[in-house]
Amino acid sequence: MSAIDVNAFQGTDAEAVVVPRERRVLGLAVSTWPKILAPLAIGVVMLGLWELVVRINHIPVFILPGPILIVQTLIKDWGTLSTSLWITLQITFMALIVAVALGVFISVLFSQSKWIELSFFPYAVILQVTPVVAIAPLIIIYVNDVRLALLICAWIVAFFPILSNTTLGLNSADHNLINLFQLYGASRGQVLRNLRLPSAMPYFLGGLRISGGLSLIGAIVAEFVAGTGGRASGLAYRILESGYQLQIPRMFAALLLISLTGIVIFLCLSLISHLCLRKWHESAIRREN
Amino acid sequence: MAPPPPPASPADSSREKPVIQLQQVSKRFSNGTLAVKDCNLAVERHSFVSLLGPSGCGKSTVLRMIAGLGEPSAGAIDWPSAQYDAAGKPIRDLGFVFQEPTLMPWATAIKNVMLPLKLAGVPKPETRSRAREALANVGLAGFENAYPRELSGGMKMRVSIARAIVTRPSVLLMDEPFAALDEITRFKLNNDLLELWRSHRFTVLFVTHSVFESVYLSQRIVVMAARPGRVMADITIDAPYPRDEAFRTSAVYSDFCRRVSHTLGEAIAA
Repeated sequence: MSAIDVNAFQGTDAEAVVVPRERRVLGLAVSTWPKILAPLAIGVVMLGLWELVVRINHIPVFILPGPILIVQTLIKDWGTLSTSLWITLQITFMALIVAVALGVFISVLFSQSKWIELSFFPYAVILQVTPVVAIAPLIIIYVNDVRLALLICAWIVAFFPILSNTTLGLNSADHNLINLFQLYGASRGQVLRNLRLPSAMPYFLGGLRISGGLSLIGAIVAEFVAGTGGRASGLAYRILESGYQLQIPRMFAALLLISLTGIVIFLCLSLISHLCLRKWHESAIRREN
Repeated sequence: MAPPPPPASPADSSREKPVIQLQQVSKRFSNGTLAVKDCNLAVERHSFVSLLGPSGCGKSTVLRMIAGLGEPSAGAIDWPSAQYDAAGKPIRDLGFVFQEPTLMPWATAIKNVMLPLKLAGVPKPETRSRAREALANVGLAGFENAYPRELSGGMKMRVSIARAIVTRPSVLLMDEPFAALDEITRFKLNNDLLELWRSHRFTVLFVTHSVFESVYLSQRIVVMAARPGRVMADITIDAPYPRDEAFRTSAVYSDFCRRVSHTLGEAIAA
């Protein structure tokens, strides 16, 4: 290759993009603080009202406990509740991991053969549209190991968003880029690794965020149906048990834990999604105008 | 008014075999549309040839068939001076620039440029240094780690051109590469492309619908007509290179533009 006059190519259209950094308070940008404080303020006001209504009207605790009592119960019963939380978490995460592994694997299979996709996708839909509450009793009858049965139920709920989103993503690669790969004689594996999988990433992560919450819901629903007793039981069983014993504050405490867990799962998966996409995907980038 | 220049003599093909030769090439799409009809074309080595025509005249289809993206329904596309692989197919030694930059948004500029070499199995260190060199050749030294979204339209197109030349192809196929750019950026890229063509000595087949662009860049303009797409005229632009902004304002340039416009008008009316 001959040397060329580099000066001929000093593009006038080549301007660096400089993004000024925003001022930060306690490690967060100034503009993000209201987004945190506003919902927090609403929450505090609502909880205060709740406590006030309960106290003024002398509502008995077995009908509606106040938020302070619920937090006290959560601390007092932390031993049992944390054990149950741990069991529910195990089911949730195992279901999510299996859903991700199988979901990605099967969608890759789908993307490699239109026939496999055509033949199997309807069954994935059937699996999705059948309410898990309706099949859970059957699964619990057929599968001897209760934990495995719970895992299967949670997996059924969590699996579909991953499968359907990743399949859509794998098929959404830019057609011109596919042409380009073909032009350079890329193999199927090369197209998959270098083009289809990265294209599918935003879709997969969207599915993952939905599935994270769903696997918790699936685990809880299955526990309700299974209703196993003893010490090795999840949060749903604690709710059932507290209901029978009219331990309403404990019921609320367990409910609170489930909600918090769901929020934490969602936040973690959102963070993962943001970290994966922040460099290039529109969804993770602030609009520059 | 200056008399029109004498009709150009056909390119002297006796010296060397053409790089690309199309013989009676036709293309019918699956929906029955005849996109290209009996197209004959020979592209000489190191030449700069433009395919000019209204939209729907099959110029992009011709370019894609030459690249191997789609087979002709009839006729043959030959690479008379190409090497042949074990299966007896010509090794198409080409780079392709699409109308859109067609970059992978998740990859940095240098990763995008490295792609063709990576797919060909070139060792990583060599891939990186050649991609760096190609980016420098299009005036983007220092932008190796920028993501496509951080680059302007013109810069993205430069990355796309760098990716096309990184394999050091003997033929560069360009499908209306600058159509979406503003005029100032387009003029700049026109000049840079001519400079690359001069220094790299590749053959360019350039699809455009702009009379001015085709006259400014080409040695030869093949005018096509639509419905069905076919070759109407073959005009030699025998103005000397290097061509620069002075050429853009010269009488020779405007005479050629007038002639080509006239021929294009006839092609559209045909």
